[in-house]
Amino acid sequence: MTRMGRIGSNTGPGAAEYFQRDRTLHPPAYTPNYKTSVARSPRYALLSLQNSLSEVTGPTFGHSDLGPLDNDLILNYAHDGEPIGERIIVHGRVLDETGRGVPNTLVEFWQANAGGRYRHKKDTYLAPIDPNFGGCGRTLTDEDGYYYFRTVKPGAYPWRNWVNNWRPAHIHFSVFGAGFVQRLITQMYFEGDPLLPHCPIVKSIPDQDAIDQLIAPLDLNAAVPLDCLAYKFDIVLRGSRSTLFENRLEGN
Amino acid sequence: MPQPLNYLRETASQTAGPYVHIGLAPGAAGFDLFEKELGTDIAGPNAKGERITVEGTVIDGMGAPLKDVLIEVWQANAAGIYPHPADRRAGEVEEGFRGWGRVISNFETGLFSFETIKPGSVPGRPAAHPPRRSADEEAKDALGRGRQDQRPMAPHLNLWIVARGINIGLNTRMYFSDEEEANAKDPVLNLIEQVDRRPTLIAKRGERDGKVVYRFDIRLQGENETVFLDV
Ligand SMILES: [Fe+2]
Repeated sequence: MTRMGRIGSNTGPGAAEYFQRDRTLHPPAYTPNYKTSVARSPRYALLSLQNSLSEVTGPTFGHSDLGPLDNDLILNYAHDGEPIGERIIVHGRVLDETGRGVPNTLVEFWQANAGGRYRHKKDTYLAPIDPNFGGCGRTLTDEDGYYYFRTVKPGAYPWRNWVNNWRPAHIHFSVFGAGFVQRLITQMYFEGDPLLPHCPIVKSIPDQDAIDQLIAPLDLNAAVPLDCLAYKFDIVLRGSRSTLFENRLEGN
Repeated sequence: MPQPLNYLRETASQTAGPYVHIGLAPGAAGFDLFEKELGTDIAGPNAKGERITVEGTVIDGMGAPLKDVLIEVWQANAAGIYPHPADRRAGEVEEGFRGWGRVISNFETGLFSFETIKPGSVPGRPAAHPPRRSADEEAKDALGRGRQDQRPMAPHLNLWIVARGINIGLNTRMYFSDEEEANAKDPVLNLIEQVDRRPTLIAKRGERDGKVVYRFDIRLQGENETVFLDV
């Protein structure tokens, strides 16, 4: 058994330190064009830690946590028919920065319906609730990090920031990874959406390549002919180091 | 041109938004969709250790409580073991102890509250091998170029905070006011150069109706801003 990459005598074989997060590609806390961030952004610098067991561990999930329709938003809230909207499959892989698939990790997603309305008691947008659409789902990646789900394409919606701000169509994603430091929440956008360059939330990201990485291309090869279109969205979590001297441990 | 390194880049974070509950706590959003909502029971029925309640608010820079915040908790059990393969003692964790939970603030008051067990002390980072310096020497140098202190860490909860207006999840830790001795030696608390900011990570122990209740308020900005971590 290799001991490389372990971070201490109390750690098991899965305990590798993670690469430091590249904060220059993430949105900073304070982005005044996204007004809500103004009062919700810490002003002091973050305190940088080296990983300990508290950081490299994290919750694990299994198939017993999920229901059979959790990855099918077309059926998981259907009462007297299927939801209105463009039927799509979203699929891709969860990878780490070294390119390895992240297996058996929980991926959760939530979204507005085709008219841009969320099923949430705080959403009062005038577009109607769809009686057959809940708008949330979840799945586990397979052994290669692959995941997929079926839904309807969400609509754009207005939000109070400037008076005429509209969110581009998007699906919210929550991903775990193996260690709690890989935890990530993000949003997936759709290729060709003309609202993308106008959105203050998208533009909170200071790096155009990082924005492009959030835009899912149409993937006709994954479409189901005469049934359902498809978009491909890969998600990259932080990688972990495996062969550095400093991490080689006790007595080998 | 040198060879390319070919690392991928981490996917950028985006705010969880105002409707985060739909995805992560749909029951709170006003509808039951999943048979099983995740993260509602941190410790499970068999966990040993002291049963505690933790409550508080997350407060913005204008002094207002966030009414739409979601907090994830990750913790060790009472013996200081994480239920994860990276902890070589993971097999000793009580059946049903998940160590992870999701907590949302009350939509009207902003108060959050959850029940769990008080975790034990967790091993710190390892000493260099072969040892080059004593723990005391490394601790003294922690603010300079030294490695992080490798002594055990005081009992703590790891917290991750997301909400509308928070562009990337905020990591912090909650320590316990009744662990003064352990807190004084904790490698992370000691890394905070401004000593008077350390108490922002320490929850106050109290009692109500015979139950142990820790109060922990998180200040995103302004006076007594909580120390947040880049982990
Ligand atoms: Fe949204």
